[in-house]
Amino acid sequence: MTTDTGRLSTPVMLDVNNISVAYGAITAVKGLTLNVREGEIVTLIGSNGAGKSTTLRTISGLLKPKSGEISFKGEIISGTPGHEIVAKGICQSPEGRRIFSRMTVEENLEMGAFLRNDHAEIKADMDRVLELFPRLQERIHQKAGTMSGGEQQMLAVGRALMGQPKLLILDEPSMGLAPVLVDLIFETIEKIRSQGTTILLVEQNALAALRIADYAYVLESGNLKLEGPAKELANDQAIVNAYLGG
Amino acid sequence: MSDVILEDSGVPVHLAATNNRKWAIGFTLSVIIIFAFYQYVYTSLPGEVQNFFRAWLPLTSLGEAMIFVLMALGLNIVVGYAGLLDLGYVAFWALGGYVAGWLMSGFFDSKTINFGGHPPVGLPNGIHINFWLVLIIGGMFTAVWGVIIGAPTLRLKSDYLALVTLGFGEIIPQFFVNGENVGGLNLTNGTQGITPIDDITVFGHAFGVFDLQWKFLIYSALAGLMIILSLRLRDGRLGRAWLAIREDELAASMMGVPLMRTKLSSYAVGATAGGVGGVAFATLINGVFAERFNFAISIIILAMVVLGGMGNVWGVMIGAVILSWINSTGLVQFGNVVNGALGTNINFPSFNFLIFGLLLVMMMLFRREGFIPEARTRVIMHETTDHQGAH
Repeated sequence: MTTDTGRLSTPVMLDVNNISVAYGAITAVKGLTLNVREGEIVTLIGSNGAGKSTTLRTISGLLKPKSGEISFKGEIISGTPGHEIVAKGICQSPEGRRIFSRMTVEENLEMGAFLRNDHAEIKADMDRVLELFPRLQERIHQKAGTMSGGEQQMLAVGRALMGQPKLLILDEPSMGLAPVLVDLIFETIEKIRSQGTTILLVEQNALAALRIADYAYVLESGNLKLEGPAKELANDQAIVNAYLGG
Repeated sequence: MSDVILEDSGVPVHLAATNNRKWAIGFTLSVIIIFAFYQYVYTSLPGEVQNFFRAWLPLTSLGEAMIFVLMALGLNIVVGYAGLLDLGYVAFWALGGYVAGWLMSGFFDSKTINFGGHPPVGLPNGIHINFWLVLIIGGMFTAVWGVIIGAPTLRLKSDYLALVTLGFGEIIPQFFVNGENVGGLNLTNGTQGITPIDDITVFGHAFGVFDLQWKFLIYSALAGLMIILSLRLRDGRLGRAWLAIREDELAASMMGVPLMRTKLSSYAVGATAGGVGGVAFATLINGVFAERFNFAISIIILAMVVLGGMGNVWGVMIGAVILSWINSTGLVQFGNVVNGALGTNINFPSFNFLIFGLLLVMMMLFRREGFIPEARTRVIMHETTDHQGAH
């Protein structure tokens, strides 16, 4: 399926076209262009402050680009409020997990399906998520805030999946987790993709991200530094040393 | 330890349902007993016993307590459910009060409108609309004001929102104090206020200033309706959205919760309860007086919510009853007892803010989740310390 660019030949799902995003006078992202094709795992990597989270927040409608535009399945979505973007099928598991700590695991997952009304299908999706993360099944009636960091991360990913995303955005899913859990999370991300969900993954753990991704964009100080098939980037020692902290 | 967590939060729906039933029965029984006591027993009691009850548990303070339950539950929707700090809730109380003043009195005496109302005998002038209709109008009027005040302010984050609501809580009562000449029109009668207010009518019976046990029953019914509404809203879709915003606004937005609309709806529901409380209170004290709507009331109602247990309907109800009673009766009576015993002359009611302030500080130090905390909060706050103590 992959061409020699490392990409799938499927249609472009998310098209970020030359966007700049600023917080007041400080420009966090400058003229960024990237796209995600259906069925891919695309990763956006870079160090702290490179503009990764800003880019994701702009895609999710929490920030508005100063210039440029974003389209999703051919429809321009930059400027659309956040809750409408969720309805279009872009769900995000935010950085720092941000689970609802005083709600139970079950209630958190139900919140993920907030915009849906198809009760039977919500139940089926809940079962699917619990199958993906059996640990959550054990904790189903527990208050989410009393769980460990790894369990909370699983919940954050599961909650985003409950929105039936066409595009799942994961912001730093491995942050602060023990290595064994990091492996588990990355395995699960691959599994989610194999079940048909397109994924945009932001990671500081660049090498791990490159291992599962098809295509990668490297950001530095708000600029796109380089892009290419994930495997090529991971195998190029010069690039790894320069940008990926390898 | 994890067993305790499961016991506390597992099958929460089932436990909550029986718990709610117990409280609801308790509330209804208390109301019926108090009403029956004053209606059938009180008058046949010996004089000293009657004096005791008149001093320590007068019907006006009981009726007032029920109105405060209604309003505290309204504020609980904003503060407890949606997690938005509102320091100007008194504004809605005042707005509701003046709706009663305008529509249930002889104040606009150039007009004579009577729509199911009950004007005093021989004084048909003014606007006299049925109490129940005015409740609805007052609620709707304040809901609109809630949206007007909320729309520009709810974009602000916590501390700033609190400051702006504080401002509105000052501006609206000030407007009423100075409203005797608004472009030539006397809208509020200034500091003299509007009095008397019409009787409440129920199926042709009129309940006036002396039918306090009946009024108590009516106010209790209003409080009961608010309790039901609060419980229903909490477990519904909107309640979940409020809760999500309280927990984490950004994450809520990522779940597709429309932030502005959801916050505004909490503000509007809270404001409606404040307005209905305002109308009811006007009929209790038979008038609307601008100086009663001061900043202190906002704080007292907030204290009711915090002391009782933010987010917990029954906790807030208990908090409202206790603080309302202390404020209207308890402090005065306690002062009389102390002054009588020691021969001193201390003005206890003038210390009420010292006492409420101390209470709030003590609560924040020792029991932040309130007397009867919301089950959600209890587990989190005592997660690492005294799990065995939580039940």
